Amino acid sequence: MATAKANIAILDKNTPNDYIKSQSLFQSAMRRLSKDYLTLFALFLLISITILAIGAPFIERAYGVSYTLPIKGSELLPFGSEGHPLGTDELGRDVLARLLYGGRVSIFIGISAAIFSTVVGVSLGLITGYYQGGRFTIVDDIMTWLITTLNSMPTLLLLILLTSVLTPNLSTLIVVLTLVTWTGTMRLIRGETMVQRENEYVISARALGASAPRIMFVHILPNTISVLVTSMAIQIGSIILIESSLSFLGLGVRPPEPSWGNMLTQAQAYFRKAPHLSILPGLSIVITVLSLYLIGDGIRDAFDPKSRK
Amino acid sequence: MIRYIARRLLQSIPTLAGITVIAYAIMFFAPGNPASQLLLDPELSLRQRQILADALGVNDPFHVQYGRWLLGDAPIDLFGTRIYEGRQIPIIDRRGNVSGYQDGTGLGVVRGDFGKSITSKQPAALIIGGTIGATLELGWLSLMIGLVVGIPIGVLAAVWQGSVFDQITRVLSVLVSSIPVFWLGLILLLIFGSSLQWLPMGGRFPNSISGDYTAWDRISRLILPTITLSSFTIATYSRFMRASLLDVLNQDYVRTAYSKGLSNRAVWFGHALRNALIPIATLFGPSLTLVITGAVLTETIYSWPGMGRLLVAAVNTQDYPIIMATVLIIAVATIIGYLISDVLYAVFDPRVRLN
Repeated sequence: MATAKANIAILDKNTPNDYIKSQSLFQSAMRRLSKDYLTLFALFLLISITILAIGAPFIERAYGVSYTLPIKGSELLPFGSEGHPLGTDELGRDVLARLLYGGRVSIFIGISAAIFSTVVGVSLGLITGYYQGGRFTIVDDIMTWLITTLNSMPTLLLLILLTSVLTPNLSTLIVVLTLVTWTGTMRLIRGETMVQRENEYVISARALGASAPRIMFVHILPNTISVLVTSMAIQIGSIILIESSLSFLGLGVRPPEPSWGNMLTQAQAYFRKAPHLSILPGLSIVITVLSLYLIGDGIRDAFDPKSRK
Repeated sequence: MIRYIARRLLQSIPTLAGITVIAYAIMFFAPGNPASQLLLDPELSLRQRQILADALGVNDPFHVQYGRWLLGDAPIDLFGTRIYEGRQIPIIDRRGNVSGYQDGTGLGVVRGDFGKSITSKQPAALIIGGTIGATLELGWLSLMIGLVVGIPIGVLAAVWQGSVFDQITRVLSVLVSSIPVFWLGLILLLIFGSSLQWLPMGGRFPNSISGDYTAWDRISRLILPTITLSSFTIATYSRFMRASLLDVLNQDYVRTAYSKGLSNRAVWFGHALRNALIPIATLFGPSLTLVITGAVLTETIYSWPGMGRLLVAAVNTQDYPIIMATVLIIAVATIIGYLISDVLYAVFDPRVRLN
């Protein structure tokens, strides 16, 4: 490394005018990302939604409404009512406050379940991808069996089965969502590790006496980071989608705690009187998930040297 | 070919076994499982409770109970020889004492006995049998529309790569994949059912005393659920088809075809499309999963009397035999779906069979 740097320094000195400054993968990815306006817009949307969700209690206090307290006499107020810009629901609760709190719950569940499933998936993926062949074949077979089994059951079904026996609260919901989503990350990282471990840098690290955990977590893991960030953005989106479906069916976040999914459960009964109850929570889900998917795609393209235009 | 199919069949056995174990374990270790509910009768004395628990077999270890759930209580005879003993069930007299033993009657899951529904006391297999037709109707229709509409869209997007059409379909497919199924259903219902009143609000058959219905009565009820479900299959198939065709269009033999002086159309449809269609076979399994997951939500919204709606109702009433049976049937269907797509792939692409 030292000699390489020295060489570049010499090169730098000798060719002052036509030498282009070298860029790391990260730098060039950031440069490409800064020109990708669609991804930037999605990022802006997501950050705004997250800030609104985090700030929900302040906003609620500032304009004097409560997201759980029903108000008698102001049920099903339409769009743009005084004091309730987005109207009220069938119990007279302010829809804007509930949307913000619902987003808080949905985004929190999405992010935490995605973090947990990434941690589990990455560790297992690295380990099973690194230890291949010989006496590890049995472990590999068991893992393959577990994953095919879990994948051959539709995710929503597995979740319905799990939530039918567990009393769902926020933490069980996150655990359950982690349980059904970690396999995707694991397969991804496992495949990536199997490719990376054949590379020269891994072989030279091994030759220098690096331990297996060091090779896995210090050498291989940073090289999978773009794949990981992409998959995590997409995973948060999918988890928000799954959670909303589950809550819509009455098996996820339970009322009176609002989530974007369970706000839609009763909406069908009020189609005529209050169509905004059906439109707003769904629109929030779509915007959030779409932003996450677009960010995921954008990051993948930015880090993929082959996609350079 | 036959060897390949046999190998794939054998490989699906552990998966199937795994699913039954996982499903049963979730029920078994759940707090307040169904068996304990039967023992809650406050009239029972402690001793009677123990005898009843023994009779029900609730105190047996997991693997014994799992085996019994799988194989049943009743003995299995094959060609006059008893190959499975079953279980002797104690007969309890009025005072709660064991007065004798008799052969069990439960047939077990392998013989199609999923137990009785807790709420309606009818055999679970019978209840589910009554809902499968509705689910298949909706599911097949959505799959077919996904194929018929999705594949041409994908082909056009690939041959006009980078065109406005390609861009629009790409944006639409990302958009569709970020819309929750149930919300799409709700919005369609809000627009066409509630506001415009063009189509009915749900159900499979019209409510009428005479029970008569016209073809339009049936079709009008199918339109919205089918659009809801097939939007996802269309998005999946078109994206997959686009990628597959682009992949083929970059291959050497396509360049050869061009260099022979063939027209674009002859190369696309005569040479490239055939090979690009092969990987579509692998999509059958995953799209089956998509349709099933979608069906649970779509059926709930449109009051479609299928398996998905039954499952949601069963979960809400804690009707465990129904939940288990539905989950198992869907899991088996999914495994078979994946099996079919693998076999189809091997039929069309001989390279698959070799490794």
